[in-house]
Amino acid sequence: MVGYNNPFGDDMTMTQVPLVDYLVLGDTPHLEANECTACGARFFDRRNACAACFATDFKKTKISTTGTVRSFTIVTFAAPGVPVPFVAAVINCDGTSVRANVINVDATPEKVTLDMPVRLATYSLGTDDNGNEAIGFGFEPA
Amino acid sequence: MAADDIYILGINMTKFGKYPDKDTVDLAAEAVLAALKDGQVTMADMGVMAAGCLMGQGGIGQMIQKQVGQTGIPVYNVSNACATGATALRTVIMAIKAGECDMGLAVGVEKLAGVGLLGASSAPKGAGKEWKPSGRYGSVTNTDGLVGTANMPGTFAQVGMEYGQKYGGASFELFAKISEKNHSHSTLNPLAAYQKAMTLDEIMNDIMIAYPNTRPMCSANCDGAAAAVLVSGAKLRTLSKEQQRRAVKVSASILTSDPYQEACQVLPDVNTLTRIAAKQAYEQAGVSPSDLDLVELHDCFATAELVHYDNLMLCEEGGAVDFFNSGATWRTGSTPVNVSGGLQSKGHPIAATGIANVWEVCHHLRGEAGPRQIEGAKVGLAHVIGLGSACGIHILEKSAL
Repeated sequence: MVGYNNPFGDDMTMTQVPLVDYLVLGDTPHLEANECTACGARFFDRRNACAACFATDFKKTKISTTGTVRSFTIVTFAAPGVPVPFVAAVINCDGTSVRANVINVDATPEKVTLDMPVRLATYSLGTDDNGNEAIGFGFEPA
Repeated sequence: MAADDIYILGINMTKFGKYPDKDTVDLAAEAVLAALKDGQVTMADMGVMAAGCLMGQGGIGQMIQKQVGQTGIPVYNVSNACATGATALRTVIMAIKAGECDMGLAVGVEKLAGVGLLGASSAPKGAGKEWKPSGRYGSVTNTDGLVGTANMPGTFAQVGMEYGQKYGGASFELFAKISEKNHSHSTLNPLAAYQKAMTLDEIMNDIMIAYPNTRPMCSANCDGAAAAVLVSGAKLRTLSKEQQRRAVKVSASILTSDPYQEACQVLPDVNTLTRIAAKQAYEQAGVSPSDLDLVELHDCFATAELVHYDNLMLCEEGGAVDFFNSGATWRTGSTPVNVSGGLQSKGHPIAATGIANVWEVCHHLRGEAGPRQIEGAKVGLAHVIGLGSACGIHILEKSAL
């Protein structure tokens, strides 16, 4: 869903911007990493050289949109203005660890558990003054 | 004593707590003067100085000198997250080992009382304004709370939960019991910021900060300073019998950073670098974990203490839960851990911590710990870790005299 019809104009398409640049929107939203072509280490930010093997060539690689919860915490006390509670987690996406919130679930230790299967989900963060909509992501129970 | 051995000649920590009327320079100067007095030396004897104050502006070492003595010696202002104090200590040790001088001063100080949540960034932007990508991840707003968390309680909660995922048995109650131990230990430490025993129920029903860490399971932000005077074995031989008797041998001084591991960019890996540092420290000191009479480890959160039992090889790999449940780490156990009360009750004025934990071990090795003395203590280990990451380990041994 790259865009949708703007209620104020028939043909206007609103632009969507991802929360972070490694979130790729489109028909099948997914996360994308910079993968070292020499050793396969994956990084979500840009690297001058690979932290594992020092090689300097990287290619974009798609990260699995499903995984399991490797670790989590339920944050109930955060900086002013950060909505709580939220579930911060490390998701094991077929061997690549991803930092993300677990979303669309009650933020309780009864509902969020270690090894729980999850899948990538996106949601709107709202529209800015230019009519652009930011899209965030998290992992929801699968 | 071998000529190239390193000893702690004098050491001191201020009481940790709230000092509204003292600044970092006051607190550091207090610890420095007391450490010099403890070693029966003066600033004129010091050949090098290393100083740290993580939250302060640069130049803390020179500012302290202006209060305790300006002699023109080299000052290294060091900054290495929660390992800043250990880094200052190690910097002085390296200078003495390199033969640049035979005596030096390390000091760490912090004022943290009332600063609140560490590692927290501000709220995400609401709708409106402009979604404009910036920073290394091209993020359009602050991501803390949207893409996991980088705040300290949440980060270390995940460190503990990760251990549970790998080995099992790491429940909320278990982590709370670790905190119960440290709060109990703190009642015997007059220099701790908090000296209040807490029941398991009180700990578990206190304010939840980041599950499974409630407030008393988090390190206490407070003010404090610690300082140490280090001396070469060669120089120590020329000093008095009394100084030699109270000197504590630094059998190992290790500093590591984190080697690359899958996931270390996602959740800081506090394990690998600690395990590497521990291995190096045991080899350098020629001691094994079973030789340790006490351990002061970096319990910045209750969840962190558990993983470091394993990382420091106090138990077999994967066995930290059973190890704790056996009672081993209580002051009456086989490997007393954090008899000072740990960071959860003694407090964690960041740059002071890596020297204050060495002070605690020295206090026992000298037989001067009063009611909380671990009887007959001969060998101890002090560990800190700063996120980013840096791990400092010092193994200390009682003087042979």
